[in-house]
Amino acid sequence: MKYMQGKYPIIASTTLAREIYDFTVCCPKIARAAEPGQFVTIAADGFPLRRPVSLCGIDKENGTIRLVFEVRGKGTKEISRLREGDMIDIIAPLGRGFRLKDYKTAILVGGGIGTPPMVPLAKIYGENCVAISGFRSAANVILQEDFKASGAKTVLCTDDGTMGRKGFVTAALREEIEIKKPDVIFACGPSPMIKGVVDIANEYGIPSQISLEERMGCGIGACLVCACRTVRNGEEFYAHVCQDGPVFESKDVIF
Amino acid sequence: MADMRVNIAGVEFKNPVITASGTFGYGREYEHFFPLSKLGGISTKGTTAEKRNGNLAPRIAETPSGILNSVGLQNPGIDKFIKVELPNLKSKDTVIIANIAGFSIEEYAKICEKLDGTNVDMIEINISCPNVKHGGAAFGTSCQSAAEVTKAVRASTKKPIIIKLSPNVTDITEIARAVEAEGADAVSLINTLLGMRIDINSRRPILKNNVGGLSGAAVFPVALRMVWQTANAVKIPVIGMGGISTWEDGIEMMLAGASAIQVGAALFKNPFAAVEIIDGMNDYLDRKGIKSVNEIVKKVQPW
Repeated sequence: MKYMQGKYPIIASTTLAREIYDFTVCCPKIARAAEPGQFVTIAADGFPLRRPVSLCGIDKENGTIRLVFEVRGKGTKEISRLREGDMIDIIAPLGRGFRLKDYKTAILVGGGIGTPPMVPLAKIYGENCVAISGFRSAANVILQEDFKASGAKTVLCTDDGTMGRKGFVTAALREEIEIKKPDVIFACGPSPMIKGVVDIANEYGIPSQISLEERMGCGIGACLVCACRTVRNGEEFYAHVCQDGPVFESKDVIF
Repeated sequence: MADMRVNIAGVEFKNPVITASGTFGYGREYEHFFPLSKLGGISTKGTTAEKRNGNLAPRIAETPSGILNSVGLQNPGIDKFIKVELPNLKSKDTVIIANIAGFSIEEYAKICEKLDGTNVDMIEINISCPNVKHGGAAFGTSCQSAAEVTKAVRASTKKPIIIKLSPNVTDITEIARAVEAEGADAVSLINTLLGMRIDINSRRPILKNNVGGLSGAAVFPVALRMVWQTANAVKIPVIGMGGISTWEDGIEMMLAGASAIQVGAALFKNPFAAVEIIDGMNDYLDRKGIKSVNEIVKKVQPW
């Protein structure tokens, strides 16, 4: 795995929901090397740290990647001002993505802005996966058409019931497992959701992989700031989300 | 092409730009971007006698033009460094400076003894880490303890010793003089400035350690001033660092009195920062018709 830094053209940009942006970036070498679950770091003009954003799409044929991100603060606000035709400064592909091994069927669970990294998985698994996503409200819902287009069974939950079913993704996950137990569960979202998903996966004895988030410095494993408590060789070890993750086998993570 | 070579305590560097400890790991990650042989030197991640996990995350917070960190010396321990990382680094055709930290004077001495038998080029003694509760900065904030550590490491190794100084003191020049008197071959400064940020919604400090060390462009003027004062207070070489982000910063730092410079936080945004600084400094010397980079050291003309 080799990552690279460069400025690449944004060939399409759109807004998916309030403060959620969707860029398609032309970077053939990066697209060729990238795997589902990996991420990029984006330089924001005037800010000392890059912002990590997970890959929402990898098109190796057309040499593009898709970046869907939410404005969280001033840095992401600055990045959101970029438009089609602008150059975006990224380092990619970064980190360890999902390990598909020989898993034939999967349930994908995405919460909020944790949903984008599930899209490339849905493309791979197609009708052999169920894509469950959860959002606060109808106004925050994104990427449902992408999941449907991939052939995945698509289950939408909103906390307030304004779209899809009312409630959390964990209830939907339990139902889907009862219908058909998958080989693996992949999840990304807020910490309480991840914890809930992992608890259910463990209860049913299903292996699960989770994509985690942490404040990052270099993004490549040199500065060691993005620590995540894990177990390695029977000992507690602070792994690093940017290099050892962002995707971890949940059995290795200390919650 | 100007002569970019500098000599610190008998060790020749091909150019004065060293990557700073804690920002560059043991070199492996940045090698994906450029050959490490381009660098004057590498100061490795602060290494302790035993392996350490460091502090809980979050360990970083962004500040205006700066970064706060509270890693807390996560490292695999000196034995693994010597066995695995040092042989790899020594094959890279650049000066290797082992940055080490301890929690007691004996620990500093023990690590230096172990390094004495290796082919590491220099040892940088970190008496200024603000992110560990015992040791670290505690040794760097009084002349007496700084001198004691220096004396102990001096007795433990023949390798050139650089003492890395803390800016979190009343007068950094006094500490510099104290370590010079005990046989330090050089001083490097500044380590990070102790700082803090609070999340106004959760009312919690952003760093799990509550406080952390500030680096990045924001600290450059403070670092420059301290390097200037220190270079005027001691006879041993001063290695300047703290917020150097551009080649212009590098030139300023050397004019202030630094014989070599270290680049750290700038790498996070621009992984090529150190190599661009080398090229930019060289072009500046060529444009000015200056033959050797050594000619600009301490050449600021104060009012």
